[in-house]
Amino acid sequence: MYNYRYYCKNLHKYIHIVDVCFFTVSQEQIKNLYQRFQQLSGNHEKISRDDLERIPALNNNPIRKQIITAFFDKRNQHQNDVGSLDEIGFEQFLMVMSHFRPVNSTATEEEKAIVRKQKLRFLFNMHDTDNDGIITLDEYRTVVEELLSQSGAIETEVARSIADAAMLEVASTNVPHMAPDDFYEGITFEHFEQILKGIEMESRMSIRFLDMNTATMRCGKLSS
Amino acid sequence: MLTEGGSTGTLLFICMILILLHGSRGEIPSKPIAATILPFVKPNDGVQTYPEDQKNNLPVFTMNYPRIQIPFEITLWVLLASFAKIGFHVYHKITIWVPESCLLISIGLIVGAIMHSVHEEPPAVLTSNVFFLYMLPLIVLDFVAVFMQVFWFAVVGTLWNSIGIGISLFAICQIPAFGVQDINLQENLLFSAIISAVDPVAVLNVFEDVSVNEQLYIVVFGECLFNDAVTVVLYNMFSFVAEMPVVEPVDVFIGVARFFIVGLGGMAFGILFGFVAAFTTRFTSKVREIEPLFVFMYSYLAYLVAELFAISSIMAIITCALTMKYYVEENVSQRSCTTIRHVIKMVASISETLIFFFLGVVTITTDHEWNWGYILFTLLFAFVWRGLGILVLTQIINPFRTIPFNMKDQFGLAYGGLRGAVSFALAFTLPDTIGRKQLFVTATIAVILFTVFLQGISIRPLIEFINVRRTNRNLETINVEIHCRLMEHTMAGIEDLCGQWSRFYWKDKFMKFNNRILRKILIRDGRAESSIVALYKKLELQNAMEILDTASGNISAAPSIVSLSPNVDSSKLQKKFLAADLRNIHDILSKNMYKIRERTVAYRGKHALPNDSQTREILIRRHATIRRSLRPRSFQSSNVPRTHKYFSLPAGKSLESRFDAARWHYTDDHETLSEVAYPSQRSRFGKPARSSSSKAMIPLHRLGTLEEVPSTDVLNEESSSTGQGVFRTNSSYSDSRVPHPRRLYSLFDDNNSEL
Repeated sequence: MYNYRYYCKNLHKYIHIVDVCFFTVSQEQIKNLYQRFQQLSGNHEKISRDDLERIPALNNNPIRKQIITAFFDKRNQHQNDVGSLDEIGFEQFLMVMSHFRPVNSTATEEEKAIVRKQKLRFLFNMHDTDNDGIITLDEYRTVVEELLSQSGAIETEVARSIADAAMLEVASTNVPHMAPDDFYEGITFEHFEQILKGIEMESRMSIRFLDMNTATMRCGKLSS
Repeated sequence: MLTEGGSTGTLLFICMILILLHGSRGEIPSKPIAATILPFVKPNDGVQTYPEDQKNNLPVFTMNYPRIQIPFEITLWVLLASFAKIGFHVYHKITIWVPESCLLISIGLIVGAIMHSVHEEPPAVLTSNVFFLYMLPLIVLDFVAVFMQVFWFAVVGTLWNSIGIGISLFAICQIPAFGVQDINLQENLLFSAIISAVDPVAVLNVFEDVSVNEQLYIVVFGECLFNDAVTVVLYNMFSFVAEMPVVEPVDVFIGVARFFIVGLGGMAFGILFGFVAAFTTRFTSKVREIEPLFVFMYSYLAYLVAELFAISSIMAIITCALTMKYYVEENVSQRSCTTIRHVIKMVASISETLIFFFLGVVTITTDHEWNWGYILFTLLFAFVWRGLGILVLTQIINPFRTIPFNMKDQFGLAYGGLRGAVSFALAFTLPDTIGRKQLFVTATIAVILFTVFLQGISIRPLIEFINVRRTNRNLETINVEIHCRLMEHTMAGIEDLCGQWSRFYWKDKFMKFNNRILRKILIRDGRAESSIVALYKKLELQNAMEILDTASGNISAAPSIVSLSPNVDSSKLQKKFLAADLRNIHDILSKNMYKIRERTVAYRGKHALPNDSQTREILIRRHATIRRSLRPRSFQSSNVPRTHKYFSLPAGKSLESRFDAARWHYTDDHETLSEVAYPSQRSRFGKPARSSSSKAMIPLHRLGTLEEVPSTDVLNEESSSTGQGVFRTNSSYSDSRVPHPRRLYSLFDDNNSEL
C-alpha cells in the first residue's frame, strides 16, 4: 500500500506538475503512478538508480542505461539545470513521466508544437550526454552501437559506418552548402528537429497510464 | 513431383466437388453442369443408327465431347481467368490504378455478353472463397491482440448496418412513387443483411495495393471475415422470418441466441478439427507425402460439418486454420509446409479470380429488374450507414487503443467497405418465395459493381490525397529509422518501468498452459524450443547441400565493402551514398536492431510468402557464434577450409535475395577468401556482378580496410546521383548477389533424407 495521506496532501501539486504541460491527467492515473513509485522505491520517498536497475523487464532493452539516466537528468526537470541527481522524489518522477503523456486532442497547433518540442528535447537529451547542445559523432556512434548491440554479430566498424552515414545525412540535409573542408560539428537541436519533422511524435511517444497491472506488481516481478 | 502431383490431383478433385456441392446447394439458375456429378457422362457409344447392316469398323478417330464436357469447361474457365490475371500484370500501369477485381469483373462482363448473345448458360457460381480465407494464417497469432476490436467492428458494425439499412429502406418503400410498396419489413431486413456484408476478397485486393497502415488493414480484413457469422445468422433469421406472417418478440431472442450458437459453434468446431489435425500429424513422420492432404481435408471437413449444422462455416475454417497453423506447422516437414502454402495461395488466387469473373458473366446473363428509386437509395444508405457506423464504433473503442483511429483512418475504414462475392452468393440463393427476388439480385449486383468499381478505383487516390497513415514501405532516412527505433525502445522501457499492464497478459497465460499441456499432446517431441532449433538443423543441412549444388558456378561477386577510412574524421566528408548502400544500411539496421514487442505484424502483401526473418535472424546469430568459435583455427591458414565455409553461409535464400546483402556483413575480419576470387572484386561496385568461381567458396570480405580505398576512384566516376546532396562517399556496399535465390525448402530431389 502506499502512503495515502502523504499522497493526498500533495495531490494538487502533482496535478499541477503534469498539467503544466498542457496534458490532462486524471487522478486515477496519478494514483497509479504513485503506487508504482512506491513499489519501485520500496516505500521510501526517493528512488535511486539501483531501484530502477533492478527492474527485470528492462534487462532486454538495449538503451536501458540511457533511459535510467534520463530519469536522473536535471535537464528533464524543466528547470534549466544541468547535471544529474542521485535520487528522485515522486515529483521529479512525475515530471519525467509527463513527457510521455498524450496530447489533448483539443490542443491548438501551438500547444502541439510546444509539446512536440518537449518530447524531442527529451530524446535529444538522451543522446547529448555532455550537454554541449550538440550530438557529436562520438555520441551518435555510442547510440548506434548500443542499438545494434543486441544482435551480437555486428562489428563495431559496421556500427560506426552507420553512425557516420547518419551524420552525413543530417549534414547534407541541413547544411547543404558545406564546402569540402568544413567541419560539421554535430547535430544541433534545430537540426534534430528538422530530421524528425516527418514523424508524428505526439502519438508515437505517448503512453496512457490507464492500464496499470497493479495487482500483479511485485517489486521486481512483472507480468510481462 | 509425387507430392505435388498428388496434391494437385486431390485439389482439383476437391474443387470439382465444391463446385458441384455449391451448385446444388441453392437455386442457382443453372445448369446442366451442376446436375451431373460424374465426369463420366455415359457415352452413347457412337450413335448406332444402322445397327444391323453396317459392319462396324474399328473407329480410328473419334470424338466424344459430352464425356469430358464438364471438366473441360471448368478447366477452360479457370485457364481463361488465369490468363486474364497474367495479362493484367504485363501492363503494370493498369494495376496501379484499377484493382484486379474490377478488371476481372469487366472481363466477366464481356464474356457474359458473348455468352448471352449465343444463349449459353453460365456455369455454377463458385462460392469457394472459403479457400481464400486461408490468407488469414498469414496474419495469424498477432491477430489475438486486435481480436476484440475486430470482433467489435464485425459484429456490432454489421448489425448496425443491416438494421439501419433495412429500416431506412423500409421507410423508402412506403413512398408510393417508387412502386415497391409490396416489400415488407422482413424482406427489407433480409436484403439489408445481404448487402451489409463486407467482402474480404474485394477489400484485400484494394487495400494491399494501397498499403494503408497495418492496424487499419487488420481491422477491416478481420471485420470482413468475422462478419460472416453475423451475416449468416441474420440471413437465416430474416429469411425464416420473411416467410412468417407475424413476428413475435420471442423470435428476436431466439435470433440472438442463435447468433451466439452460430458464431461460437463455428469457432468450437474449427478448434476441434484443428486439434484433431494436429494430433494426426503427430504421427505422420513416415508418410510425409500426405501431410498436406491432412491439412486440406480437415479444414474442408470443418467447413462441411459446420454447414451441416448450419453454423458459420467460415468461422470454423478460420479457427481451424489458425489452430493448425500453430501446431501442425511444427509437426510437418518443411516441404509439406511449403506445399500447403503454395497450394493455398494458388487456390485462393484462382477462386478469387473466378468469383469476380462469374460476377461479370452473371450480370449480363440474368434478367434484371430495375427500379431506380430502390437501387439508388440502397446505394445511398449502404454508404451512409457504414460511415455512421464506423464513426460511432470508433468513438466507443478509441479510448482503449494506444493509437486511436483518427478521422482519416475512419474514412479509410468506411470507404474500404467493399461488397463482393459473399453478398452475391447470398442474393442468388434467396428463396423464390420472396416476391421481389429479381429486384434484390439486381440491387445487390448494382451495389457490388458500384463499390468495387467506384470505390475500388478511387480509394487509392483518395487515400493518398488525405494522407492516411501508410505503412512505411519506403526507405526513410537512416536517421529517422534510428530515431524511431530509439523512440520505441524508450517507450518500451518507460512502459516497463511504470509497470504497464502487458496487453499480452492473457496471451502469456495461455502460452504457459499451451506449453505445459497442449504441446505435449499435439506435437511430436513437444519440446518447448523445438521449432527454432529444428528449423535451424534443417536449414543447416540444406545449406550444406546448397553449397554442393552451387559448386558449378553462379556464385556472385563478393561485396566490396569499403567503409569510411578511419583516418577521415567527420570534417572531411565528401562522400555520397549510393542507393544500394542505403538499402544495405537499412537492412542492417532493421535486421539487427533489437525488435521489441511488435504491435502489429508486418504485412507483406498477398503475393509474398510469409517471412521467416525471425528464425533467420536467430540462425545468423548462431552462425556468427559458430564462426567466432572457429576463428582460432582460421588463423593458421588463409585458405579457409571448406568445412568452415559451410558454416559461414547465411541461411537459405528467399524471395528477397537483395536484402541478403546485409548478411555478408556479419563476417569476421579475418575470414578471407581464396586468392583467386579476391582481386576480382576490386573492380566491382554497386553492380551485382556474377563471378563464377570454380570454388564453392563464397568470398567473404573484410570490413573497413584501408586497402580498398583505391576502388573509390572508379567509384566516383561511376557514382550515380541519389539526390541526397552533393557529398560523395567512399563507402559502398555493393549489392552482393548471393547464390541464386532458391526457394529455401525446395532443394533436393526427394527420396531419402526427408528432413
